[in-house]
Amino acid sequence: MLEVFTAAFWEQYGALLWEETLNTLVMVGVSTVFAYLLGLPLGILLILTGEHGIRPHKRFNQVVGWIINVGRSLPFIILMIVLMDFTKLIVGTKIGVKGAIVPLVISAAPFIARMVESSLSEVDAGVVEAAQSMGASTFQIIWKVYLPEARPSLILGGSISMITILSYTAIAGAVGAGGLGNLAIRYGYNRKVDSMLFITVVLLIVLVQIIQSVFSRLSASTDKRLK
Amino acid sequence: MSESIIRVRHLTKTFGEGEHSLDALKDINLDVQEGEIYGIIGLSGAGKSTLVRCLNLLERPTQGSVVVNGQEMTALSEKELRKARRSVTMIFQSFNLLMQRTCLSNVCFPMEISGVPRAKAKQRALELLEIVGLESKADAYPVQLSGGQCQRVAIARALATDPKVLLCDEATSALDPTTTASILALLKELNQKLGVTVVVITHQMSVIEEICGRVAILDNGSIVEEGLVTDIFSNPKTDAARRLVYPNGVPETMVAAHGSRTVRVAFNGGTAYQPLIASLAIDCGVKVNILGADTRNIDGKAFGTMLLGLPEDPNEAAKALSYIRSQPQITAEEVENDA
Repeated sequence: MLEVFTAAFWEQYGALLWEETLNTLVMVGVSTVFAYLLGLPLGILLILTGEHGIRPHKRFNQVVGWIINVGRSLPFIILMIVLMDFTKLIVGTKIGVKGAIVPLVISAAPFIARMVESSLSEVDAGVVEAAQSMGASTFQIIWKVYLPEARPSLILGGSISMITILSYTAIAGAVGAGGLGNLAIRYGYNRKVDSMLFITVVLLIVLVQIIQSVFSRLSASTDKRLK
Repeated sequence: MSESIIRVRHLTKTFGEGEHSLDALKDINLDVQEGEIYGIIGLSGAGKSTLVRCLNLLERPTQGSVVVNGQEMTALSEKELRKARRSVTMIFQSFNLLMQRTCLSNVCFPMEISGVPRAKAKQRALELLEIVGLESKADAYPVQLSGGQCQRVAIARALATDPKVLLCDEATSALDPTTTASILALLKELNQKLGVTVVVITHQMSVIEEICGRVAILDNGSIVEEGLVTDIFSNPKTDAARRLVYPNGVPETMVAAHGSRTVRVAFNGGTAYQPLIASLAIDCGVKVNILGADTRNIDGKAFGTMLLGLPEDPNEAAKALSYIRSQPQITAEEVENDA
């Protein structure tokens, strides 16, 4: 019988659960923002320099594509260890929430770049051509055509990225970062508190559901192609 | 004749390099006069789309000169070219509207990118929507409009920067015949009212016939025939022209064998064609032979062309011809019979 439903459990672990949930949210939120600051421009560059882009550049596209593929082929847990010294240099610590954010960003950015590339490639080439025919500059085409026209798809991509980062934070938890994943390892696995394992899983599921439904709704409500 | 607003000399466009290269356009020479409606017709793969894109340099010519509105387009810097494009705008087969913007905002778009103040752009956009008859749809999104309405918005958008030239790339090819007719009428009206030069790219002879004064026939990357639409219609000289004028290949032997005057009748959405032949017989007492026809009946309206053999008697032939010409929505051209 799980103790989750007893008052004693919540008295003992309630504050901790709350704190680590917040830690998870901070890690996911901050990492997503920074990963997009890297991944979004990369995705845009991939589209612009691609074969059918408005600034085709085969060599550049191949190099960026290759770097992204390398980033994506490293498992998160490996990347985290490899990056430890770099992480310390950037945020001053290798562990905890702060220490997790650097590898989370580095790991998610290439993934996000590909997501953005895929969203932008859905924009009708004819619309881009129309903007060119009106004398739009490359920057205007990015800012006024690609991004707004791909907005619903970019938002949906955002939910996928965020959920991926959420699952990474659980892995990070195993290697010293805070968050729900860390609780699951420390209490659920090491100390055999089954209820802790149970409640962290439930909380992660709830978080995923919330992220997905918020983004799906946002995407649908901003999509003017749906009547 | 007035000054050429578009002057193309020895234009060549080659895609790819070496063995796999493809000459999409070969030594094109073209003059479009200011204020006219000029047609460029060809079957698919003839190079029409490439040619029209060479006029605003969406495609950079491999060789040759493109002078539009007095500017050598191939010599412009990227920045100058972007500015020049404001006076050579374009509409497309698939409309290419921004799907996440309202109609009003779509029309504002070219003004937005050229730095027109927002309030002024909005006011101008509303005027333009009124000109194309869609002021009531200003706040609607493209998905809520029909194809014809989308093309009207696209036309309003193309006019937003007060262009000298409007390039129409298969602009009616995705539309049904009734809508096509209304869009062509709008283009004609804009050409007359605003004086904008219109270049129409199409594979449909009916479009050329409806609004163009002069036409160039593009075949396999070269202009094979060029001149007044009426001349080319009545006397197509090349195989390519004949294929376009008689898409179903009116058998020339049949025309030749008949040996008398032949007239090509085009139906542009008026009454159906059977009553015309019948009423010719009843009202004029003249019998004509149908030598060939490519007509369609849509909602009781006739579209397409028909080749009629007139009676050998010159008076009867003239009577029939003037009767046909007096019909609404019908144009008739006499066809030279070399036989």
